[in-house]
Amino acid sequence: MSENDIHSATLENGLRILVKETHHAPVATFWVWYGVGSRNEVQGKTGISHWVEHMMFKGTERFPKGAIDREIARHGGTFNAMTWLDFTAYYTILPAPNIQLALDIEADRMVNSAFLPEEVEAERTVILSERHMYENHPSFRLAEAVQAVAFFVHPYHHETIGWESDLRTMTRDDLYAHYRTYYTPNNAIAVAIGDFNANEMIDRIAETFGRLPRGPEVPPVCFTEPPQNGERRIDVYGPGSTRYLLAAYKAPAATHDDWFALALLDTVLGGPESFSLRGPSPNTRTSRLYRALVDSGLAANVSTSLIPTIDPFLYMFNVTLLPDSDPHAIEARLFEELERVRTEGITQTEYEKARKQTRAQFAFSMESVANQAYWLGFASTIADTEWFTSFMDRFSRITRDDVQRVAQTYLTPRQRTVGWYIPEEGAAQ
Amino acid sequence: MSTTTTSDTLPLDPSTLPGPETIATRTLTNGLRLLAWENFVSPAVYVTASFAVGSHDESPAQKGLNNLVAALLSRGTRHHDYDTINEMIESRSASLAFAGSVLSTSLSIKSLAEDMPDLLRLAAEMLREPTFPEDQFARIKDRVLTALREREHDPRSMASLAFYKLAYPETHAYHWPISGYIETVEPFTRADAEAFFATHYEPRDGIIVISGAMPAAEALDLLEEIFGDWENTPSRQRLPLPNKHPLPEHAVEHFTEVPGKAQSDFVLGVPALSANDTDYVPAQVANSILGVFGLMGRLGERVRDEKGLAYYAYSSLGRAKTPIKAPWIAIAGVAPENVTLAVETTLAEIRRMAEEPVPEEELTDNKLYLIGTLPLQLETNEGMAGTIKNMVYYDLGLDYLQRLPERIWQVEAADVQRVVQTYLAHGRHVLSVAGPRTASE
Repeated sequence: MSENDIHSATLENGLRILVKETHHAPVATFWVWYGVGSRNEVQGKTGISHWVEHMMFKGTERFPKGAIDREIARHGGTFNAMTWLDFTAYYTILPAPNIQLALDIEADRMVNSAFLPEEVEAERTVILSERHMYENHPSFRLAEAVQAVAFFVHPYHHETIGWESDLRTMTRDDLYAHYRTYYTPNNAIAVAIGDFNANEMIDRIAETFGRLPRGPEVPPVCFTEPPQNGERRIDVYGPGSTRYLLAAYKAPAATHDDWFALALLDTVLGGPESFSLRGPSPNTRTSRLYRALVDSGLAANVSTSLIPTIDPFLYMFNVTLLPDSDPHAIEARLFEELERVRTEGITQTEYEKARKQTRAQFAFSMESVANQAYWLGFASTIADTEWFTSFMDRFSRITRDDVQRVAQTYLTPRQRTVGWYIPEEGAAQ
Repeated sequence: MSTTTTSDTLPLDPSTLPGPETIATRTLTNGLRLLAWENFVSPAVYVTASFAVGSHDESPAQKGLNNLVAALLSRGTRHHDYDTINEMIESRSASLAFAGSVLSTSLSIKSLAEDMPDLLRLAAEMLREPTFPEDQFARIKDRVLTALREREHDPRSMASLAFYKLAYPETHAYHWPISGYIETVEPFTRADAEAFFATHYEPRDGIIVISGAMPAAEALDLLEEIFGDWENTPSRQRLPLPNKHPLPEHAVEHFTEVPGKAQSDFVLGVPALSANDTDYVPAQVANSILGVFGLMGRLGERVRDEKGLAYYAYSSLGRAKTPIKAPWIAIAGVAPENVTLAVETTLAEIRRMAEEPVPEEELTDNKLYLIGTLPLQLETNEGMAGTIKNMVYYDLGLDYLQRLPERIWQVEAADVQRVVQTYLAHGRHVLSVAGPRTASE
């Protein structure tokens, strides 16, 4: 997607609009991205952004409880929402002639959500149930512990779902205050992509959202994580029969040039990332870590994760052990591979393959309106629209030296947190 | 300004949907059916294929063997070793994978159009001349065994496993899990995999669908060139598909203990219908009302929204080839102490649908949803190819999608009530719960 394809505007109330027309299918998607996520939360109120997202489906005067779901569905649409570290996003995919419905719903619930006390209480147990669903997976328990140890100060310390004690004690007023603080046109980006005329769509968004009042500026996030000056370790015991290793290194923010070099390194170490919300994942068997850990017969699986974020987050390596794997040997082998790339860098063949893989995955992801809107909105929220439109250019400018330099800078033992999930057969929670 | 639809007008022009006049087809002499759909929106091409071999073809001692065989197909052929294969796929940034299922084994490939011919040739080699290298066999078996051990600690998987075991008799392929059990997988040898492959893999009744940036005629020629001389196994006599679906005399309940977990899961349901039964479309509408529409239908409204018992509570109507009856099930994940209440609420909603006709407005909303979302499912090459494959695989006819809006539109409240009474609300269901033990268990 080039910058020329994207039409943009900013309304007087501060709402930013990004629109792209595409006519490959008679469908359209509309997203609203709010600049609020678990990054904006404090201890005692963790999980509040995610809970507010749930409350946004509980109704307004114009669209009472159940009406949002019903109206979208009866117009042939699908919808959902997502809360993450840096954002909360709402989306609808509809047959293109019906897309105005999504605009009406989002404009209305940006300011008119009711947060009835009885609805807040009913949702409390739903949210706790969601958390318990995650807790059933050892990988969640391990990731939650590792994040908590990796961040002392920054709100990336906690998972987006929030701590259970906070979910049990937060009040309706807490939730409503959070909503009023962050759900404003000036803290939102509207993204529309699909089978329509772009200029007409901008006019329609302006007409639908233009009357909403500008809100106060959102409070800045003032937490800065101090440098990590030593390896941290945590063991998590729990039910199961399988051991998991998670090694997490401090990574730069998405806007930092080094992030792109780390992304290229990650393609070599862990295989190409899929840029699609759905569909088959690219094969990763020629990646260095798959060869070193899985093909060697040491481990059952390995995966990596480098997420673009506003503030520095983590570059993570997940390993699933075989029943007879030697945990010490696995850990040593993983660190040996990371040390090797720091001292030797990557080969020209690996470098060229990683570039081609990323170009192809990027092209595949442009097939659906939802994928395009996701990346456009995501990038514009955590960085800016150019982060997305210039992604391949910036990626192409990375050199092999850059890759080795970032490996040396970020994959250092003193900046890592190592977590082990240790299974106990028949263990109580 | 949102559009409105009256109950007199069909909300979608069926001629805009893919059908016999827009899907290119060819049947090869070896029985392979080829289908192609052109789409030049992006430089990508997607292939999905289905071959008539699955866990159905395993003996009781072989449970899980085809799952292993399917995973090994891409790990070595007579002409390319494991490393070369991986390099061929990944240097093109493609994906290529096989997956074993109950009645079939699927192949999916995604790549840029220019790379697809090479990848199809590679896939044909995998299907015809795999070598099952000893070291790869050992590795895959270890990984499967690890996944089976993980399964024992996952309440959702364990609830599902016990449901199928109780809802389908031992003589039925659905009784058995695709990935088998630790005790059946552990003794497998490389020779077992090789022998199973030699006996069962053939082109007969296979389907290959290609969708993307390639002219349809060219795509069919390419597929014929690559797969046309693949020969059938003359001695293979596939077991007939299971057609016995005895229901229990009374409702059956089963509890699987999964200690230490925060949440329990349950599956409640019955073997119900085949994909081309005349009642399938009314049952689809009924299922949407029960547990799909909006935020998980009536089950979402009662179990999640009103009572706050679960994050997910929904229903699902499977698809199965005639004469197999696919399961119609309700699923929820709830706190262990709330399982009884959530199950009672689910059963009450099923009974309500059997006893009371669905209000006209709710019925119309559900029909609009099922018809209106059809174009959304067809937006991508994956969605289009998968839809075309299903029309062929389930013997629905290539005009099925074009007829579907009208068939959905014709469903009346009495049809919904009748299918729920007939297939779901007869009180002879299976309830499978898995999770930590509470005082009541």
